[in-house]
Amino acid sequence: MNIDLIHIIYLFGSVTFILGLKMLSNPKTARNGNLLAAAGMTAAIVGTIFLKENEVSPIIYYLIFGAILVGTVVGWLTAKRVQMTKMPELVSLFNGMGGACAGLIGLIEFPKVAAHHPEKLGIVLAGMIIGSVSFSGSMIAWAKLNGTLRNAIRLPKYNIVNTLVLIGLVAYAVFIVVAGAYDPMHLYLLFTIAIVYGVLFVIPIGGADMPVVISLLNSFTGLAAAFGGFLYDNQVMLTGGILVGSAGTLLTLVMCKAMNRPLYSVVFGAFGETATAASGGESQGSVREVSSSDLAVQMNYSSKVLIVPGYGLAVAQAQHVVKELETLLEERGVEVAYAIHPVAGRMPGHMNVLLAESNVDYDKLKEMEDVNPEFAQTDVVLVVGANDVVNPAAKTDPTSPIFGMPILEVENAKSVVVNKRSMNAGYAGIQNELFFRDKTSMLFGDAKKVLGELVNELKNLD
Amino acid sequence: MEDLIAYFTNNKEIIFIVILMVFVGVEVIGNVPAVLHTPLMSGANAIHGVVIIGAILVMLDSSPDNYLALSLGTLAVFLGTLNVVGGFVVTDRMLDMFKKKK
Repeated sequence: MNIDLIHIIYLFGSVTFILGLKMLSNPKTARNGNLLAAAGMTAAIVGTIFLKENEVSPIIYYLIFGAILVGTVVGWLTAKRVQMTKMPELVSLFNGMGGACAGLIGLIEFPKVAAHHPEKLGIVLAGMIIGSVSFSGSMIAWAKLNGTLRNAIRLPKYNIVNTLVLIGLVAYAVFIVVAGAYDPMHLYLLFTIAIVYGVLFVIPIGGADMPVVISLLNSFTGLAAAFGGFLYDNQVMLTGGILVGSAGTLLTLVMCKAMNRPLYSVVFGAFGETATAASGGESQGSVREVSSSDLAVQMNYSSKVLIVPGYGLAVAQAQHVVKELETLLEERGVEVAYAIHPVAGRMPGHMNVLLAESNVDYDKLKEMEDVNPEFAQTDVVLVVGANDVVNPAAKTDPTSPIFGMPILEVENAKSVVVNKRSMNAGYAGIQNELFFRDKTSMLFGDAKKVLGELVNELKNLD
Repeated sequence: MEDLIAYFTNNKEIIFIVILMVFVGVEVIGNVPAVLHTPLMSGANAIHGVVIIGAILVMLDSSPDNYLALSLGTLAVFLGTLNVVGGFVVTDRMLDMFKKKK
């Protein structure tokens, strides 16, 4: 093959990445955008493999093809088989794989680069460190999301410890480059510290902030890929990596804005500490419970019902039974729509993906700004497993840790029914005064089970 | 200072690409609706799998008797493939669900 052709292929790859991301930002073109980027990636990979034809021993080709084949089968099956509720942790897992890949490249390249191009050593180490941090951080995020690691673990003075470890990590890397400490022992020690730092970085951060962390680690991995591009003077790695690095950073900031939480407070974890101090966990009066049969009657005679889905819906896998409820109510002439908070669930857009899985019409999913004025004309709001995103304290209580976060103004509706498993507080760790209001009633229990009962009661009404 | 200017001059193409790409990245995903945040993150996640090309280059450069480099390199290619294939497939699955509306 003509070696020069590879540059045209790389240019094609870079353009598909840019166009692909652009098309992913629009619901109509998103799917094709993803396929386009995948095509560009395939071309770049195939082109790279055949770049050095005739110079490479066949055993190396066997290893590359073997690894790609196994990786494709495993990656494909995992992505196809995973339940959509588990999708956030899967994204985190794949992100970690990319980070590990960058970390390994650094480990292998270090001795070669140290011997021949010491001026590029800083780039190798930067790529390795960022990749490794992204790897171990993503693994922790993955474990937190799938419930293996339940609580935020905070070492005493963790902010100071983390900062010191980070400074030590960077100082050590600088020392290796400047002092020419090319002994592999230093390399492996640095690698280990980077892995440890990734763990320390993510482990104190609470589950509610994981989407932001994953998005941040996503842009880290992009950066690590870009350092690889710098090292090999490889434009497609450079453009792809930087593109993800910058787009990922912007996306991280957009998510922070939706939660009204500055990035530094996510990373340095101010959450939780002020929370328990400010509002406490005590109850404020008594709550009213409603039975599913009463609720069925109430909904049957409503003219408009809004459903507010939250993470509890995802946990209980209640997306299909919610759709069933919607269909039944519509048959009875009740107008049904869904009010989606931008950070409902564990990732922005998480609820949209879940409800789309159960064939809920895209037009019925209403975003916060559009739906907030509609609550006043709504007879029943059914909150399924959401808590902080409907907490009026965000508007009224300046001492609340979520004060200032835009919320769904469900308290304006004629009546509110909240489905929760118990009275436990949400992620923010604060009690929700909405539950104690006169027009609020509680429907306790697992979302799938309770909504299933509600559906049966509705059917029995005929 | 001299060194810095010399470094810039020697790498000017790369530095230009980096700066321009930063702006392209920001522009390209500006105004994305919240609905698409997760698929977008997932798609971007697949794209940084381009790091696999580095892993392939490492392999192609290794000598066939450097077992350490070859085994780490094979692992890196495997992990990079997981990132690329898994990333694109899961993004496609998410977007496939959106398309089903009537």
